[in-house]
Amino acid sequence: MEIQDKVINIVSEAANVEAGNIKSETSFIDDLNLDSLDMVEMMMKMEEEFGIEIPEEKTEDLKTIGDVAKYLKDNAN
Amino acid sequence: MNTRILGTGKYHPDNIVTNEEISKRVDTSDEWIVQRTGIKERRVGSVKNDEMPSGMAARAAKIALEQAGVKPDEIDMILFSVTLPDYMFPNSASVLQHKLGIKNKCACLDINAACTGWVYGLTLANSLIKTGVYKKILLCGTEMASGFNNWDDRATCVLFGDGSGAVVLGADDSENGSQIIDSILTSDSSKRESLILPAGGAIEPVRQKTLDENRQWMSMDGQVVFKNAVKTMSSHCATLLKRNNMTVDDVDWFIPHQANLRIIETTGQLLKFPAEKTIVNVEKYANTSSASIPAALHEAVMDGRIKRGDTLLFAAFGAGLTSGATLLKF
Repeated sequence: MEIQDKVINIVSEAANVEAGNIKSETSFIDDLNLDSLDMVEMMMKMEEEFGIEIPEEKTEDLKTIGDVAKYLKDNAN
Repeated sequence: MNTRILGTGKYHPDNIVTNEEISKRVDTSDEWIVQRTGIKERRVGSVKNDEMPSGMAARAAKIALEQAGVKPDEIDMILFSVTLPDYMFPNSASVLQHKLGIKNKCACLDINAACTGWVYGLTLANSLIKTGVYKKILLCGTEMASGFNNWDDRATCVLFGDGSGAVVLGADDSENGSQIIDSILTSDSSKRESLILPAGGAIEPVRQKTLDENRQWMSMDGQVVFKNAVKTMSSHCATLLKRNNMTVDDVDWFIPHQANLRIIETTGQLLKFPAEKTIVNVEKYANTSSASIPAALHEAVMDGRIKRGDTLLFAAFGAGLTSGATLLKF
């Protein structure tokens, strides 16, 4: 599975939104109405799934699904 | 020789402050608070009602002593976990000795590991009892969080409450009796400023400038604390179970620090720990810092959930960032 599809699956579950309605440019805060705690919980799921650390200060820059997928791709072990 | 929790006690002030009341003061709502924290109300003490840390601890300790069948003068040491003590000195443990009418001049020591303090104290007390230094130790966690809570800051003021929990610890030399099985204590100082009360210490005594800049109140980076809380508590618990050849099935009750329902739930999910074996009372008292675990323990003992011989798992985290977990047979 592509990294982005995996990210979409995690977000779909966390935000309770159908995967089909989540795209690369979907914004966590503006489109999915997630708050800061939702973001932390979701990033922790990403870390678990992909086995990498996402520093807190990076979380702020990861605004869309595409941002997260790119970060995971660039920092893959 | 092993350590047994001989008796438990707790105290929370009668004064209840609901989410609705806070919503009248700052821009928040009951729904917002409950959804993010699981907290519905908290207790707020007052010095006038003898609800400073020593006063709350005295009430909790009297119950614990009675449950234990131990007279105050049998106590060899008072360990008092507290973040905002009665005074800078003397320590709150000494004030508590006075309030309990203890005349034997027992050792008195305050511990500050923030919300993890009581769990730190349990490991200290266990070491002193196991090595025969002391026979009976009174260990309390008591916090008057309302004293460093900025009631105009909607991000933090909803989170904390006042209260006390106490246990009397003693030696158990029976076979298969009570014991502290294992514990882990850590502190990650790289995140020491993510949860801090900047003024009031030696670096910045409270002056007019402090008050103008609101530095007499606690400040918190909630995301950093949340993430580290979940990570350290779940990994400490997993390590404890693994190195003692146990699984979550061997634990009868999990008592995590009662800071936030979502931290408790996320930690439980990572550990795959069943919610029905997790003790939660954060909805009633909010985060009472190091008082939360001993107070929740007392509630669960009194209502019959926790029984003698049960295997318990405690986990806590707090400013430092400290973290700790303890596995024990009650």
